[in-house]
Amino acid sequence: MQADEVDTDWAALVSRVRDHQDKAAFAALFRHFAPRVKAFLMKSGADAALAEECAQDVMATLWQKAALFDPSRASVATWVFTIARNRRIDALRKARRAEPEELPWGPEPEPDQAEVLEAQQDTERLGAALSQLPEKQRALIERAFYGDLSHSEIAAETGLPLGTIKSRIRLALERLRQQMS
Amino acid sequence: MTIRHHLTDQLLMAYAAGELPEAFNLVVATHVSLCDECRAKLAAFEAVGGAMMEMTDTVAMSDDSLAACLDRIDGLSQANARRPLRRAGVFPAPLADYVGGGPEKVKWRAVGMGVKQAMLSTGRGASARLLYIPGGQAVPDHGHRGMELTMVLQGAFRDETDRFGRGDVEIADASMQHTPIAENGEVCICLAVTDAPLRFNAIIPRLAQPFLGI
Repeated sequence: MQADEVDTDWAALVSRVRDHQDKAAFAALFRHFAPRVKAFLMKSGADAALAEECAQDVMATLWQKAALFDPSRASVATWVFTIARNRRIDALRKARRAEPEELPWGPEPEPDQAEVLEAQQDTERLGAALSQLPEKQRALIERAFYGDLSHSEIAAETGLPLGTIKSRIRLALERLRQQMS
Repeated sequence: MTIRHHLTDQLLMAYAAGELPEAFNLVVATHVSLCDECRAKLAAFEAVGGAMMEMTDTVAMSDDSLAACLDRIDGLSQANARRPLRRAGVFPAPLADYVGGGPEKVKWRAVGMGVKQAMLSTGRGASARLLYIPGGQAVPDHGHRGMELTMVLQGAFRDETDRFGRGDVEIADASMQHTPIAENGEVCICLAVTDAPLRFNAIIPRLAQPFLGI
């Protein structure tokens, strides 16, 4: 990661794509995330040409679905990961893929900034926790996400502090539902 | 509606990693549509994927890829977040997509005692079917060779272990012999997926098995 990228507010860039169709913001997102998506897809078994094509698809989806991104529930990295994972299933497995129903309302137009910050920092904190795991355990998590393990071989015990993330997302969902009723 | 029987962490983790067979993917997506608890857990597992991708070494895109992508998005319309409120019917969206609508669109086949079922077309490795069980009726007793998930969409059933209402998922493995009975009242409709062919114990369903394709 380049030094000037460390503190980039990716969620703010996605908002600019959503609100102003800002192509400079999109280009910054592309330069950061496309090479990561490409690497992820190649580690999952795609050749370079297919991975490049799919990374483009993923970034185009980011452009199209910017309004559906909820920065109080996920970091941009996590959102991009889910788009890339879905693209991988479509391209490599050629299986049909069911997705959960979107919540019946979009993200709040002005989400609470403290919550947004928390969600955006999840990725950093998880990254730090991941790098501190024993090598064997981290390798197992990576293999699961790269598609090297069958579903019955995947262990849910990651050794990562996921409880706090889950609770925070749960509260965000609860608040959204209350606002709706 | 209070959901008391949830998906396992392992299933949510495997969904997050994109590694579930299609039929299991369907039941996870259907349950998560109704269950905020599992939706939040799934999002936490997906955050691991996000953190991992962020740490991964990068592979450079070709020189003209950004320009090509900018050209491509030029003509693309963007989704609108403010969608009209859609109340979930008996079938949440992912399941309704497979069936082409609600229960009235299902091509049921009678399997005896008023019980009906319909296989859904899902990829290899696991199968999915819908069950229609009139109140008071038992689903034919069956054992399992693999894992079976049964999610209630309407009505409720009870078996030796507990009561299962809308949104609840019963998870059974090879060691379990059970006899689910639909509660009186509303017809019980369930989505059942398994990664092994079912083995019916009652004589007639066993004879029927080859013709039912399960």
